[in-house]
Amino acid sequence: MGALIVARRELAGYFATPVAYVFIVIFLMMAGALTFTLGGFFARGQADLGPFFTFVPWLFLFLVPALTMRLWAEERRLGTIELLLTLPLPQWQAVVGKFLAAWAFCIIALLLTFPLVLTVNYLGEPDNGVIAAGYLGCLMVAGAFLAVGAAMSATTKNQVVAFVLAVAVCFLFAVAGSPIVTEFLSQRLPVLAEIARAVSITERFNSLTRGVIALRDLVFFASFMGFFLFVNAVVIDHRKAD
Amino acid sequence: MTALIEIERFTKRFGAFTAVDDVSFSVDRGEVVGFLGPNGAGKSTTMKMLAGFVTPTAGTARICGKDVVDDPVAAKRSLGYLPEGAPTYPEMTVTGFLHFVARIRGYRGIEAGERVEDAMELTQLESVQLQPIETLSKGFKRRVGLAQSLLHDPPVLVLDEPTDGLDPNQKHEVRELIRRMAPQKAILISTHILEEVEAVCSRAIIIAGGRVLADGTPASLTAPGESLEQVFRTMTMPKAAA
Repeated sequence: MGALIVARRELAGYFATPVAYVFIVIFLMMAGALTFTLGGFFARGQADLGPFFTFVPWLFLFLVPALTMRLWAEERRLGTIELLLTLPLPQWQAVVGKFLAAWAFCIIALLLTFPLVLTVNYLGEPDNGVIAAGYLGCLMVAGAFLAVGAAMSATTKNQVVAFVLAVAVCFLFAVAGSPIVTEFLSQRLPVLAEIARAVSITERFNSLTRGVIALRDLVFFASFMGFFLFVNAVVIDHRKAD
Repeated sequence: MTALIEIERFTKRFGAFTAVDDVSFSVDRGEVVGFLGPNGAGKSTTMKMLAGFVTPTAGTARICGKDVVDDPVAAKRSLGYLPEGAPTYPEMTVTGFLHFVARIRGYRGIEAGERVEDAMELTQLESVQLQPIETLSKGFKRRVGLAQSLLHDPPVLVLDEPTDGLDPNQKHEVRELIRRMAPQKAILISTHILEEVEAVCSRAIIIAGGRVLADGTPASLTAPGESLEQVFRTMTMPKAAA
């Protein structure tokens, strides 16, 4: 299928440039450092990866847009978008292919955090089911941010603009359910407070890290990604030649 | 005679500006049509619409009978397109890039390898096949773009300034290549070089201000003793200067 061929090329593209190595090294260093220092991994005296999962969405907030910023902006700048979109390939497959490549890359980065799982299993007897659910949550958050970032990248030929837009929009969805936002809104616009809670990524992620795999949360993440991929396809279709 | 390219009343407006204004023509098998005009005349926009990259404001075109607006993927299968500037992915090697295009075009395994080999032989790229494209000279980059458009031996070729940036020997090679392929294909090339039209084209179309001004064999466009350059200047210069 065309989408997989595009995905394979994009994934190889990450490793052909320093992007992949910088991303993985920074992600692993920061995830490790935050888990053991701010997260108090040892001091808590609990055999789980709670501290790690707390920080992953916030790391992704800055790192995922760095992965997606080049997806379309670079194609526009180089003019290769004209090449890609005049090959016999439905446009949606190009959109999905790029998204899958970035997602596969995030899976690789997450798999490389395996020493944490080994450590916690060596030190105690954690509930590995909860840990698996937490990783599923990380994957969902990564996918959601990637879909946003790819759509933002489609709007511009400037990678920095794509990065800043993606961080801003991801941040909105990350904090939408936080008490500060919902309390502020519920005093003034109660309707919006409900909506903010409903679209919050962090709330749903937190319930996954507690080991609760609810179908409606998975449906939420799937439709969130689907929506932004659709936006991505529409933007590309309307503005590809600009 | 079978028309492989049929353009019907192509029109493209960008806001109040009309880039292409009611352009119609067709190209038969065996014809090499030179598309001439000053910068900004609408040559590239017409070619981009034909390749399915720019959506026409009005009108449509068919490539081998397949409508480029209603059935773009089928139309693109029969088309080899070299976009203006011959964009390619700089971090990929020549073979890596051509294999990517071959896979998108549906070739697998040994057949894909053969296609890539043939395309590299036609455009004399064997000596640089394992080099990243960004390390190549302008002439080689242009030939990588050309190889990509020839890879699937398409019945229709649309080449936007195929010899731009090549040295005289390479220009000669590309013209020879076009002449050799001409009997089996319908070829549309845009160029600024009038001698090129006389050298390889069986027909010339002069376009300015988005409109077709002349359409005929290079010989029929010129009066005895007049050069194509004089005709071009008289037609496309603003009236006061003519």
